[in-house]
Formats: sequence, C-alpha cells, structure tokens
Amino acid sequence: MSIPKVPRRSWIQRWHVKGIVVTGLLLILLVTSSRMTGVDVGMFFSNFGQFLNLLVRMSHPDWQYANVIVRPLLETIQMAILGTTIGAAFAVPFAVLSASNLIHNRFLRGLTRLFLDLVRTLPDLLLAAIFVAVFGIGSTAGVVTLAIFSFGMVSKLFYEVIETIDMGPLEALTSVGASKVTIIWYAVLPQILNQFVSYFLYTLEINVRASTVLGYLGAGGIGVFLQRSLSEFNYSQTAVIILATLAVVLVIDGVSNHLRRVLL
Amino acid sequence: MITTLIEKPSRSIWQRWRWLLWVVVIGALYDWTISGLKFTGLQESAGVVSRSIMAGLVHPQWSYVYDGSGEDLVSLILQTLAIAFLGTIVSAVISVPFAFWAARGDHERFFLRSGSGKVVLTLIRTFPEIVLAIMFIKAVGPGSYAGVLAVSIHSIGMLGKLFSEAIENMNRGPEEAIVSAGGRPGQVFGLATLPTIMPEFFSYTLYRFEIAVRSASILGMVGAGGIGTPMIFAIQTRNWPKVGIILLGIVIMVLLIDSLSEQLRKRLI
Repeated sequence: MSIPKVPRRSWIQRWHVKGIVVTGLLLILLVTSSRMTGVDVGMFFSNFGQFLNLLVRMSHPDWQYANVIVRPLLETIQMAILGTTIGAAFAVPFAVLSASNLIHNRFLRGLTRLFLDLVRTLPDLLLAAIFVAVFGIGSTAGVVTLAIFSFGMVSKLFYEVIETIDMGPLEALTSVGASKVTIIWYAVLPQILNQFVSYFLYTLEINVRASTVLGYLGAGGIGVFLQRSLSEFNYSQTAVIILATLAVVLVIDGVSNHLRRVLL
Repeated sequence: MITTLIEKPSRSIWQRWRWLLWVVVIGALYDWTISGLKFTGLQESAGVVSRSIMAGLVHPQWSYVYDGSGEDLVSLILQTLAIAFLGTIVSAVISVPFAFWAARGDHERFFLRSGSGKVVLTLIRTFPEIVLAIMFIKAVGPGSYAGVLAVSIHSIGMLGKLFSEAIENMNRGPEEAIVSAGGRPGQVFGLATLPTIMPEFFSYTLYRFEIAVRSASILGMVGAGGIGTPMIFAIQTRNWPKVGIILLGIVIMVLLIDSLSEQLRKRLI
C-alpha cells in the first residue's frame, strides 16, 4: 500500500503571487486614475456647504410648476413609445439575420452582428447631440435617437431569444410538408412572441428613463425644462421636475413589470 | 382501434374576443402617441448637415489623435476611462452595505428592512446621472472630479441591486458549516460569506464598469470631464472632421473595454 502524497503547492500558490499582483495592479490603476481626474477629497468637504445649500433649495419644491410640466412629461412618454416601436420594427429583420439557428451563412451573420455591435457602442446623449444638429431642436431628434438606441439593444435581445427556440416543432412541421409561412406562423411565432413583447416593454422602460434627459441637449420632452430650470438656478423647479420624472418612471416600470409577469 | 375524438376545449366568449380589446387599447395608445408629438420635420439644412457629417466621418481629423498637449483624443479617452474606473471602484465599495441592507433575509418579518433598502436603491437608480453631475459641478467645480462623484453615486443604484440579489441567491452551505463548527459571526462573514460572494461581486462590478465607460464619455457634455466636452464643442461649432475622429475614438474604446471585460468575467465565473 502506497502512502498518499501530501499535496504540494507551487511557490506561486504559496506566496499568493496572483492575488498580490492583481491587488498591486488595481492599486496602481487607482492612484493613476485619481491623479488624472484630480480627485481631492478635502475639496469636496470644504465645498460641502455649497452642495448642502443646493439640496436645501431643492427641498422646497415649487408645486405650482407641476401644471406647466404635465404636457412635456406626456410628450416624453410619447417620444419613448414611438422611438421604441420604430427601433423594434427595424430590429426584427436584423435579429433574424444574426440568429445562428436560422442563418447558416457565417459571413453574413458576422457582418450583421458587427454592425449591431457598432450601433450599440454609441451612448444615447451623443446620438441626441448629433440628431439635434441634423433635425433641429424638437422631439423629432429625440424620437430618432431613441429609435436607433433601442434598435441596437432590441436586436441583440431578439436574436438571443430566436437562438433559444426549440427546433422540434419546426422539424415536425417541415416533415409533414408545411410551407415556410405555416412554419413561421405555427412553430416560430408562438415560441418567441411573448418574449419579444416582454423585451419590448423592458426597452420601453429604459427609453422612458433615457428620454427624460435627452431634452437637455434640445431633443424635446421634459429635459428641455430641466435644462432651463438648471441654467436659471431655479432649483425649486428642478426639484418638481425630478420628482415628477421619478413618479412617471416608477408608474411605467410598474405597469410594464406587471404586463411582463402576465406574459411570461 | 380507438375512435373517440378528442374534444376541442371550448372557450368562453371573453377568451375568444379578448384579443380585440387589446387591439383597441394599443390602437388608442398609438393614436395618442402620434397625434401628441409635433414633428418639426426636416430642416432645410438637414441634407447639407448630414452630408457634411458623413464627409467628416469619412475624413476624420487625424491630427487630433495625439499632439502632446494633454487636450488630444488619447489623453481625454484615458481620462474618461479613469473617471469610469474610479467611479466604479468607489461605488462598488459603497454598494456592499447597501446590498446587505436590501437583501431579503430568511427570518425577516414583513420585509421592512429589505423593502426600505430596495426603495432607496430604486430612487438612486432613477435619479438622472446628468443632474447628479450638474449638482456635483456646483460643489467641486467643472472637471473630471465631478464626473467621478456622479458615476460613483449613480452606480450604487444598480450595483446595490445586483449585489443584493447575489446575496439572496448565494449558497448558504459554507456559512452553516462554520456556524455548526462554533464560528463567531465575524468568522462566518470572513471565511464563508465573503469568499462565496466575491466572484459574483467582481463580475457585476466589471459589468457596471462597461456601462460607466459609456456614461463617462457623455458626462463631459455638461462639463464633468472626459471626452464629452470636446465632443459637444465640436458639434456646436459644426467641426465635423473632429466629431468624426472623436466618435471613432469612443467606438474603439467601448469595443475594446467590452471585449476585455467579457474575457475577464468568463474567467471569474
């Protein structure tokens, strides 16, 4: 009978080389980035009075102002709904083109996915700034921004849904000689429709949040009023806008969460 | 041979015509949506502007990439990354107590503690990051420091939520083992809870870093440092070749960070 060997640890494990190297690297990155950004903890506390003053002024909301912002708030929701719908409509063909179980041409699939990856890298406010330059100040720029922003997001979510469908029903229908349309109607759609709607609502939630700040750059909605109140240092109005936005976002989130639970 | 037919399940009138109700509701919603928006339509200059944007994107101003002044593309992209990195690290540290506050416990009655924590995290998450940045600019002046503060506070909302869900779903086995061997609460936390939860925390922090890079690149538009500041100036002065090179820089930066972080996250879990 042989004696079992005591497991030996290499020197890398014994001296925790990996952990120390990673910690050191993180520390170096922390120090360099705090020097690059000019972080000064003392300054924050010495100027804390000013920050507190801002908060105090925000804590007296000007409730009369609420009447003024009802319309732009509704406009924000309308922008989000329209933008998400347009984006999702364009996303469907691209999602089909990049689903690996439907399109077997690897080159075509790679090309569409690369295009979608590129679209997704662009932050929403950046798109808004460009489209305000193209379409002028107003909600058109906002709708186009949200459409492109949601197109990138929805198409990725959609093709991931398509890739997870059960191929059984498709094969069953193919084996009895069904046409392509029949296959899509009876085998593909029932499997993906609920998840599509669920992801659509999820994107709508994100777009409602995004659309509240798009107006800051002139792309319509409540953001225009936010920018105005901030540049006039009228913080009691800012507070009303933020509170109203919060309420709208929470209501939309609640409705959308409820619908998604019913669907799935 | 069995010849009985399977009866078709009968549906009530409500079930059969429910779809019509949905059609009416959704139709009314879209009618309201489209009638409520005032479309400014294309401006006359739109064609010219989009053509010059295209021209600018095709012929970017390469000289802006690096000129050693500290105001060039490379230095500002690095500054953007620094804002995102520092903000994410700080918010990850602050998020841990928030996460334990908002995580639902097994013996909790009415979920008062975890419920209140979840509400606070939702409020933080919904507060627009841009407004936060403007508020911090009032406190510490324009520049990347305000950006770091905005990212670190705003990220708590999402990181706290993800962390608390990780705590709710974690494996309780190691904790019970240490308790049954007579470990003190401090030992349970240090030897069982933290090592179990750490990889997930790191993974979520990396994921949040990807998002922070995107938001750090636009925070500059309100004056909170990073690549956003020259971007908004270039757009306002219609300097499209410069816009083109900055867009290119942001796209490459985001793609690189995303793939790097994805590699790291795959190794972690």
